[in-house]
Amino acid sequence: MMPFSSADLFLILPELLIITAACIVFVLDPVLRTSDKDGLVWLSLGTLAVCMGLTASQIQAPATIFSGLVVIDAYGAFWKLLLYFVTGLTILLSHSYLKEERLYFGEYYGFVLLSLVGMMVMVSSSDLLTLYLGTELMSLSLYVMAGLKRSEPRSLEASAKYFVLGAFSSGILLYGISLLYGATGSTRLPEIAAAISSRNLDDPLLLFATILLTVGFGFKLAVVPFHMWTPDVYQGAPTSVTAFMAVAAKAASFGAFLRVFIEGLGGLKANWSAMFLILCLATLILGNILALVQINVKRMLAYSSIAHAGYALVGVVATGHMGNSSGIASVLLYLSLYAFMTFGAFAIVAMLRKGGIEGDNIEDFTGLAKRHPVAALLMLIFMVSLAGIPPTAGFIGKLYVFMSAVEAGLPWLAAVALIFAVISAYYYLRLVMVMYMREPSDLSSTSPRMVMSPSLSIVLACAVAGVVIFGIYPNPLVNFAIQAVSALK
Amino acid sequence: MIYALIPLLPLTAFLILGLAGRHINARAHLVAVPAVLLSLALSVGAFIEVASGSVISLPLYTWLTSGTLDIHIGLHIDRLTAVMLLLVTGVSSLVHVYTIGYMHGDPGYARFFGYIALFTFSMLMLVLADNLLQLFVFWEAVGLCSYLLIGHWYERASACAAATKAFLVNRVGDFGFMLGLLLVWYSFGSLNYLDIFPALHEATEVTMNLLGPFGGTWEVSVFTLIALLLFTGAVGKSAQVPLHVWLPDAMEGPTPISALIHAATMVTAGVFMVARLAPIYNLSPTAMSVVAITGAVTMVLGATIALTQTDIKRVVAYSTVSQLGYMIMACGLGAYASGMYHLLTHGAFKALLFLGCGSVIIALHHEQDMRHMGGLKDKLPITYWTFVVGSLALAGFPLTAGFFSKDDILVSAWSSGDLGRTLTLLGLLTALLTAFYSFRLVFVTFWGTSHVDPHHAEHLHEPSRTITTPLIILAVFSVLTGYLGIPSFLEPIFQTGGEPAVPHGSDGLMIMAAATAMGLIGMAAAYYVYVLNPDLPERLARQWGRLYRGSLNKWYVDEAYDCLFVRPTLAAASKLWKHVDVHVIDGTVNGIARAITWGGWLLRLVQSGQTQHYALAMAVGIVVLTAYLLL
Repeated sequence: MMPFSSADLFLILPELLIITAACIVFVLDPVLRTSDKDGLVWLSLGTLAVCMGLTASQIQAPATIFSGLVVIDAYGAFWKLLLYFVTGLTILLSHSYLKEERLYFGEYYGFVLLSLVGMMVMVSSSDLLTLYLGTELMSLSLYVMAGLKRSEPRSLEASAKYFVLGAFSSGILLYGISLLYGATGSTRLPEIAAAISSRNLDDPLLLFATILLTVGFGFKLAVVPFHMWTPDVYQGAPTSVTAFMAVAAKAASFGAFLRVFIEGLGGLKANWSAMFLILCLATLILGNILALVQINVKRMLAYSSIAHAGYALVGVVATGHMGNSSGIASVLLYLSLYAFMTFGAFAIVAMLRKGGIEGDNIEDFTGLAKRHPVAALLMLIFMVSLAGIPPTAGFIGKLYVFMSAVEAGLPWLAAVALIFAVISAYYYLRLVMVMYMREPSDLSSTSPRMVMSPSLSIVLACAVAGVVIFGIYPNPLVNFAIQAVSALK
Repeated sequence: MIYALIPLLPLTAFLILGLAGRHINARAHLVAVPAVLLSLALSVGAFIEVASGSVISLPLYTWLTSGTLDIHIGLHIDRLTAVMLLLVTGVSSLVHVYTIGYMHGDPGYARFFGYIALFTFSMLMLVLADNLLQLFVFWEAVGLCSYLLIGHWYERASACAAATKAFLVNRVGDFGFMLGLLLVWYSFGSLNYLDIFPALHEATEVTMNLLGPFGGTWEVSVFTLIALLLFTGAVGKSAQVPLHVWLPDAMEGPTPISALIHAATMVTAGVFMVARLAPIYNLSPTAMSVVAITGAVTMVLGATIALTQTDIKRVVAYSTVSQLGYMIMACGLGAYASGMYHLLTHGAFKALLFLGCGSVIIALHHEQDMRHMGGLKDKLPITYWTFVVGSLALAGFPLTAGFFSKDDILVSAWSSGDLGRTLTLLGLLTALLTAFYSFRLVFVTFWGTSHVDPHHAEHLHEPSRTITTPLIILAVFSVLTGYLGIPSFLEPIFQTGGEPAVPHGSDGLMIMAAATAMGLIGMAAAYYVYVLNPDLPERLARQWGRLYRGSLNKWYVDEAYDCLFVRPTLAAASKLWKHVDVHVIDGTVNGIARAITWGGWLLRLVQSGQTQHYALAMAVGIVVLTAYLLL
């Protein structure tokens, strides 16, 4: 029934390769000795490198394949390249982290790769059902990864909570998809767009479907009021997984969400931008204010990641308001820059050990500058960047988002977002102050120390290079984001 | 093209020290000092070239392009920039040399040089900027360097919160700056000076309705708005009231930093910015008045606080606040050239005073309290004499540089209208206070009987040559900069078609006489109070108890901010956290406890109550959104 061409398979070769790698990991894991399991890491990294090359070659050659279920274009490639990069960092970080945590599960890497495939499907699907498939593949893998610390109740709780709420949100998303199908007669984005353009925009069915899709995506993006799982799950999950969720899962969800709302629901811009304005303000306010009072760094970063989704939404609102694509480009830019600084911050948290466990309370950072000047300096750079202070990447991201708001005639929204950026400096710099300006209380064996390893050094070097280089010379990334957005129909 | 090396040399020094600092620790100055000296030499070259009337423009690379936005990192050298270049590289060179002695033996010797080189680079890029965004980026970068330097080498534990406060207070100012920047871009579609300035006259009638989002009408000229927003940034960076609170606390950092960053360069960035954007400010009389009055208030307030402080660096710090007020006031009255002139002379004599303080502090093994000093003039003759020269310049003693520049400000202020005349009177009053507190410092520290800790008193000696040489050079410049004809050098840039801002006349002589008299009276009063009647200060303090305590406690501004802003925000945040975002920590802990004691724990964890709450919140979200969109 469905015309099938083997040439289509070649275009999803990256996905196929990664699935193959994941299967190899799952099969080999039980038979390999613990000391040989490093091989799985190199296999995964090698696969990612090959896929990076393949995807980069697809930027210039857009194609719609599997009779419109999947689309290969520059927009998808932008996200995929970002996702490969973040996944690579996750694998490297996990390589050190899992050893420290004594979690010798080879299948971990298999789940990371499967989750990546889910994300890749999400950002390249032009059909809502393909998209749903992708989100489920991503989420199911994440549920497992969040509960990987089997001896730790908090990790299990995180996993269970994430699963139950995730299932709830998936249900809502699916309900939205089915209503949209009922209203437009299709699940393909171009056909939905065509149907909407010939309809009355005030159709309650259409609007309700949009709302449900918003809620479904809002959960994945951790937008207030659908954010409540975030702090618990981010805190409970193993930190390498948290970093992966906070960066990769968020990026993929934004990628899919923007494609659906621009390509499919673009005709309803006026309606959804009003809705996102409310969500954006709530997210900015609650995310930033609640981050102020956290005493656990992982929770603080969780609220910070909520707040950052709020800044990204400013760009979405701007697009909906004005209809120009610079808003969307600023969102792409924002999330890719956010990836570097957030991942770097989580990597430092992961490797700060106190006795056998993670030192993830703010107090554990006391006097880090004296004990580990390099780690403290890197954390400082990440915090400064998260606070959006030039000349770091974080500033460039905020600048573009705010400029898109001003351009769209919403200077007051830029002003509000800016106020919260100022407030956020308080909680980011509090950590810096603790690191730099308090004496370490004691240097006994239980006091927190950084565990450095070659793979961690690579992760931190990549993250800090991204933060500094894109702060000073963001133009290539900006142009890539603009090119990616121009591929959206 | 060679002038690109002016900022790049310090940057190179920073990179070398950052990457290989561990290997060259004790020889770090061999990298940093030549780099910045070469920068100085090139700046002199640029100054001479610009003096012949040319303007140097050097685009370096394209930083951002997208749509209508096109921003280069570039260098723009005109007369204003050239003066700043000399000040920055000059003071930085001397501070580099001074640091050799001051930080000798410190484990972070190379890192310290790395940071001041990075600071010098950032400051140079700030003054060389040819667009507002570059200015802003390096505006933040200098703040960051200052934060890092205080953070690494604080001398007392009380500095912990202080350095962070400095940074956060500046965020408030920068919030305004950033908004102003967005507004400039919104109004003119560009951030390059050379695109904005010619476009200004086309937008003179443009207004913005500030109450638009709330349905009201309050039309404000877009220039007023831009000027005031950008000025907020200057208020933060140049420590003007009400954001002046950070500067004195920043004095917890090492003294070379205070001299370089908190006296001569970074804090003057606000003044520089207002002068740079003079064409915008000139179009908004409202903004100009605000600038002038803010400057005047700061000038008086800073001076009144400096009267009673007992930490020698704090006296000089509040004096800096007060002198920055002079400069801002001058700019607000349209006398940009006078403001910049004072900025330059002040850079020389205030750096001298700070480095002099540093010399005293080293000699006394990190004692900073004036009450534990006294009688130092015979023990530290070079420090003493250079300090006196600096204080004379600060007090506006005739024929010193400070005399000429302060006089220039007051005369220009007097001739600029009614507001100017009022503010001139305040300026004269401040001149009196300035002379008094600066000589109080001299007399209490260097004269009278010694209150020095007997341990240190025996082997009290002048610090090494690397410390005294910069003092002598700065002392020479504290006099010499008065004779270089800076105002007439600068004036051409600020002439935008109107009549010259400073018509000198018989009034000028009168003001000059009054200012001189004020200075002399202040010095005489200090001599009377602190030398002739050493027990008088205490009696005065008792008699004027309330005023004395107010001044000593900096008029309780910090405490007021704490009560008004900091505590309510934190209280609200933790309330919000407890009530809106569920009892998370408690809930988790209970969840675990129950999980362990009860069977079927996985189900338990999910049913600990929160999960339903979370799902409920989502459902409520759906209802609210539906109501909003469909009803």
